[in-house]
Amino acid sequence: MNLDDLYRRVIMDHYKNPRNRGSFEDDALKIELNNPTCGDRITLQLKVEDGIVKDARYSGEGCSISMSSASMMTEAVKGQSLERALELADSFSSLMKGEDADFGDYEDIEALSGVNKFPARIKCATLAWNALRKGIETEEEHQQH
Amino acid sequence: MINSSIRDQFPILNQKINGHPLVYLDSAATSQKPRQVIEAVKAYYEWDNSNVHRGVHTLGSRATDAYEGAREKVAKFINARSVKEIIFTRGTTTALNIVASSYGPAAVGEGDEIVITQMEHHSNFIPWQQLAKRTGATLKFIPLQQDGTVTLEDAEATITDKTKIVAIAYVSNVMGVTNPVKELAAIAHRNGAVIVVDGAQSTPHMKVDVRDLDCDFYAFSGHKMLAPTGIGALYGKKALLEAMEPVEFGGEMIDDVGLFESTWKELPWKFEGGTPIIAGAVGLGAAIDFLQEVGLDNIHRHEMQLAAYAEQKLSEISDLSIYGPRNRQVGVVTFNLGDVHPHDVATVLDAEGIAVRAGHHCCQPLMRWLQVSSTARASFYLYNTEEDVDALVKGLIKAKEYFSYELG
Repeated sequence: MNLDDLYRRVIMDHYKNPRNRGSFEDDALKIELNNPTCGDRITLQLKVEDGIVKDARYSGEGCSISMSSASMMTEAVKGQSLERALELADSFSSLMKGEDADFGDYEDIEALSGVNKFPARIKCATLAWNALRKGIETEEEHQQH
Repeated sequence: MINSSIRDQFPILNQKINGHPLVYLDSAATSQKPRQVIEAVKAYYEWDNSNVHRGVHTLGSRATDAYEGAREKVAKFINARSVKEIIFTRGTTTALNIVASSYGPAAVGEGDEIVITQMEHHSNFIPWQQLAKRTGATLKFIPLQQDGTVTLEDAEATITDKTKIVAIAYVSNVMGVTNPVKELAAIAHRNGAVIVVDGAQSTPHMKVDVRDLDCDFYAFSGHKMLAPTGIGALYGKKALLEAMEPVEFGGEMIDDVGLFESTWKELPWKFEGGTPIIAGAVGLGAAIDFLQEVGLDNIHRHEMQLAAYAEQKLSEISDLSIYGPRNRQVGVVTFNLGDVHPHDVATVLDAEGIAVRAGHHCCQPLMRWLQVSSTARASFYLYNTEEDVDALVKGLIKAKEYFSYELG
């Protein structure tokens, strides 16, 4: 077991210097998600216009893996269509299973591939992405009504 | 201290985790099992397995004797007056829920009070919260001191003649606090209330005498005291249990079943609907034998010495904060290491073969009171040694260095 497989430099960089941490003042789409087994919490906000994620912010409490994953996720989905965001979420699921995953230009996320070797930590890494999925579902329901 | 050769009785401890000898410091979550318990369960299945209280055949009698024999051991172990006062359950959670769902609605009504504390495990918290919601009763909390303890003065002020139930842990699973249950029972009784004691963290580690405590209900789990998972017990004073309605209906618990009416078996069986946890009870009996051979006083002393050693060694690590009172009476030490999240601490320790708990410990209200989202916890049992504490300290220093480098 090599800890450096898990705590890659780029992960610790996102943990120490989180991107998109904070919240929007307005009524941007808001998703709150807990990880009841360990107490991690995330509040994700998405600004969606014409099916495009214009901006994303997150706040919450959690370990280096869950918070860095949130930071990377928000970076990755900004400017992407909801469809593409969902593809990225699927790619992240593949990454957690140890399968090949493509994140396009945003390669930082691949640093989280090591989490696969630490099964107890996968739920930390997926929290933000589950919030994203929930947000996309909510947004799509809105569109249908 | 208990001789470390006792570790040889626990096969699971003799293994390497991630290349290091296993250092198991998570007994407050569940304990490891000695060979004697594993063998007792195995022997039961290999020789005596049968259903209880029905077969006329030999195996049926043997299984019944084994099951009811285990009940006698439990009754003696906590000094109950009678085996009728011992109900086998799946564990502490089920036991507490029986009290909340059967005794609760019969005893508590609108305007009444239920008194608990913010240190309770969710299993001794949510049943009362939900009972209060259902009945319109008020849920009150004995306030916690800065070190996480309660005072009898505060208990006197919180428990009133409107209080019907006081529910509290004997020992906190997070703070290493031992509550003055005997004194609290007296206060509850003076006000006409019953006291329900969560014994999950006390029963494995110290002598418990339910008659001396004068508690009305007492719940505990086998798996935290060397027995298998899925077995525990509820003690209740006979008069209270007799007045209570069963929670589960089915086989084993009936006296006579008519088309429109049924009557129940006598205590304790009226609370044990369905085929009971026979092998689990056999395992619990064997675990009690093991604990008594070692001696509960020896176990308690051993753990207090380890806790004192751990407190001293851990306090030498800068940035490490320990929660709960100093000079704790139990082998539970909860801490945080600077800014490093407990999950990250636990992962680094795991890489060194050291198992600790990280998270909210099923105590979210207590975490809020502590103003943390989670903590790390090391808990000790009779098989732990000072070397285990040394390994923990070494692992924590490594975690600190690792993350100060990574976060630096």
